[in-house]
This record gives sequence, structure tokens and C-alpha cells, in this order.
Amino acid sequence: MSDGNGNGNGTVAVGSAVDAGDLHPSVPSDRRTYWEQAPLFVVLVILWMLLWGNISWLNLATGAVLAVVVMRFFYLPPIQLSGRTNPLWFVAFLGQFLFELTIASFQVAAQALLGRRDVKNSIIAVQLRTRSDIVLTLTAIAMSLMPGSYALDVDRRRSIIYFHALNTRDADGVQAVRDAALKTERMLVRAFGSSADLRSIR
Amino acid sequence: MTVTLGVLYITIGVLFTGGALAALYRIVVGPSLLDRLIASDVLLTTLILVVGAEMVYNGHERSIPMMLVLAATAVLSTIAVARYASGQGTRTKEGS
Amino acid sequence: MSLDDVLDIISALLVLVGAFLTLAAGVGLVRFPDALARLHAATKPQVLGLIAIVIAVAIEARSWQVLLTLIPVLLFQVLLAPIAAQMVGRAAYRTDNYRADLSLVDDLAADVERATSDAERANVDTDRTDRDDRA
Repeated sequence: MSDGNGNGNGTVAVGSAVDAGDLHPSVPSDRRTYWEQAPLFVVLVILWMLLWGNISWLNLATGAVLAVVVMRFFYLPPIQLSGRTNPLWFVAFLGQFLFELTIASFQVAAQALLGRRDVKNSIIAVQLRTRSDIVLTLTAIAMSLMPGSYALDVDRRRSIIYFHALNTRDADGVQAVRDAALKTERMLVRAFGSSADLRSIR
Repeated sequence: MTVTLGVLYITIGVLFTGGALAALYRIVVGPSLLDRLIASDVLLTTLILVVGAEMVYNGHERSIPMMLVLAATAVLSTIAVARYASGQGTRTKEGS
Repeated sequence: MSLDDVLDIISALLVLVGAFLTLAAGVGLVRFPDALARLHAATKPQVLGLIAIVIAVAIEARSWQVLLTLIPVLLFQVLLAPIAAQMVGRAAYRTDNYRADLSLVDDLAADVERATSDAERANVDTDRTDRDDRA
């Protein structure tokens, strides 16, 4: 729960940094917006307690006050949560992610230390199937730390991510990046995509 | 035992220094503003790692707040300058 | 050899991994041909290096609490490094700070071209609307 929302917190920041275009009208009007911001509140309090390194009632109280202040004065458009989470798939995703990050790091290291200087790179557009901002953003973030690629640009309306891929020798290398992106998307949708997204990945 | 650890930490120092010098070289040589930006980001992350490594070497935890502050603010400058750099619209094609 | 010694060596080895990845990132910065490729060196090795160092600090302190305190450091880096890479890469691409002769496939070129010409046809400030529109 806390981990899933931890990423949700980052997603808000990404959404506002990447999407200067105002798709969500940012008017905090009714009671529902407060509920939509509840996960962000919880994440902020947890972050506050982690920063202090211990859990106490005083920390909880000051954290809650600060979270309210932060959410008031640094208002971000609420993110649309699907209301569905599957912690098991999220843990599976995290494991996969750490494994791939390790491979990616040593792969880039090998490329840097031993590879040829004039590597052939590619910029690859991948059409995702999800319509959710969270899955789109997390896919971009995860792929940026996975072997061979990072997200260079995002087309949010059409759910396209443009990846920059290092050392793609031929069409097979390009296809590998596409497959990896779709696989990452599938894992994230299983972890916290809406049921409509779940149907679309099958 | 201590000798092994000593050799290990000397190697670590050499590796860190090499990484930092390489990043410095890229900051000096450029060629574009963005290359320098990327390199200074790497240099700052290197600094975070060195602060952590020093804590391991000397066996204390007093520098954790420093790591936190560095990690939280390191990216802000990068993002700010990147936005500025894409806005100024200088078209400097990098030569080979 | 006591457990303490083993733990000391493990944490030293983890620091070694972090130092090696830092060196690799630096060498990548120097050797990769253009800004877009250098971003690869700036993201992945550094994040894994940081994870290694954080675990090393927690092992050296023999404390779960230290690990918990350091988790925000990891969170910041894991979430923010890709964002910074995306911002910088986007700026580099749009200011032509890359070597087109080294690219095998470029799916973005056509799309950026189209968005830019649309904006110019509408006779508005190209930079602003183009970026906001395509974000």
C-alpha cells in the first residue's frame, strides 16, 4: 500500500513537470477532490516519518499538519487512481525491476568501458494500450532504469512513449525495446491498472 | 584482515576519483550546455555516493541528513536548467 | 573470522560496486558520442550504485532504522533520475544536440516536425505551444 502510493506521489510531480498542458482542470472544489488526495496525504506523512527515522505520535501529528500545509500551498492536479491494486503483482514488478536495473547498470558500464565509440542509437516510439496516467508514467520511469532505454518524450494524449535506446544494431534490437516496454506496461497494469486496462492487455 | 580492507578502500578511492575526474572533464570540455548539465548531475550523485562511502569507512551515521538533502535537491537544478535550455532555442549542431 | 568481519567486508564490497559504477558513469560521459547517449551513463549506473552504498551504510551501522531513514534517498533518486533524464533529453533533442548520423531509427523526428509545422501555421509562439501541446 505505502509503496504503491510512494510511486503515486512521484507521479503527481512527473505529471505536472511533463504535462504543462492542462488536461485536468485544477479547481479543488468539492469533497471528492479531498478523497482523491488522501493517498498523497498518507504518502507525505509516511515520508515525514521516514525522514525522522522513527514512528511516534508527535511525528504523526507534525507530519499530518505539514502534509496539509504542503497540499494547500503546493497544489497539484489530482491523479486518477484506478481504485484497484494488487500488491502481489507489485512485489513481482519490484523484483523484476531490481533485477533489470542491475543488468542495465552493468550493461551500460560495459558499453562505456569496452564498447565502440560510435554506437548506433535509436529513438523508438512505443504505442501503449493503457489510458492511465499512472501506468504511463511508471512505465516511462521503470523503462528509464531498465536495460538499453530511457524515456525521451511522452505523448500523453495518444499514450505513446518515445524511448532512446543505446546500441541498437538492427531491427531486432529495436523490437526488443518495444517488447520490453509492453511487458513492463503489462506488469504495471496487473499491479494497479483499471479493469478496462486489464482487459486491453490480454 | 585490516590489510585486505585497506587495499579495498584504496581501490574504492581511486575508482571514485576517476569517476569524478571524468565528469569534471566533461564539464570543462562541453561541448554544449546540456552536456555540462548531465556531467554536473553525475558529479553531484558521485558526491552523494562518496558521503555514503565515508560513513561506511569511518563507521558513523551523522552524514545521513546531508545525503537526504543532496538527493532531494540534486535534480531540481537539473530540471530547472533543462527547461531554460530548451526554451532558449539555440540550435547548435554538435560536430563529430 | 567473526561475523563482524564478514559484515565489514560485505559492506566494503558493496561500496566497491558503487565506486566501480561511478567510474563507469564517468567513463561513459567521456566516451559516449552525444548528449542523448551520455544520459544513459547518467541514470542507470548511478541509481544502482546508490542502492549498493545505502545497503552498505545500513550493514555497517547494523541497523534497520538507518535503512528506513535512507529509503527516501533511494526514492528520490529512483523517481527523479528518469525525470531529469527525460527533461534534459527532450531539451537536447529539440536543440539538435545529438548526432543524427548515429541513429538507426528515429520515430520522433516526423512527429516533432508535424507538431512544429502545425504551430507555425497557426502563427503563434512556436516554442511554447509546441511543447505544451505535445507534452
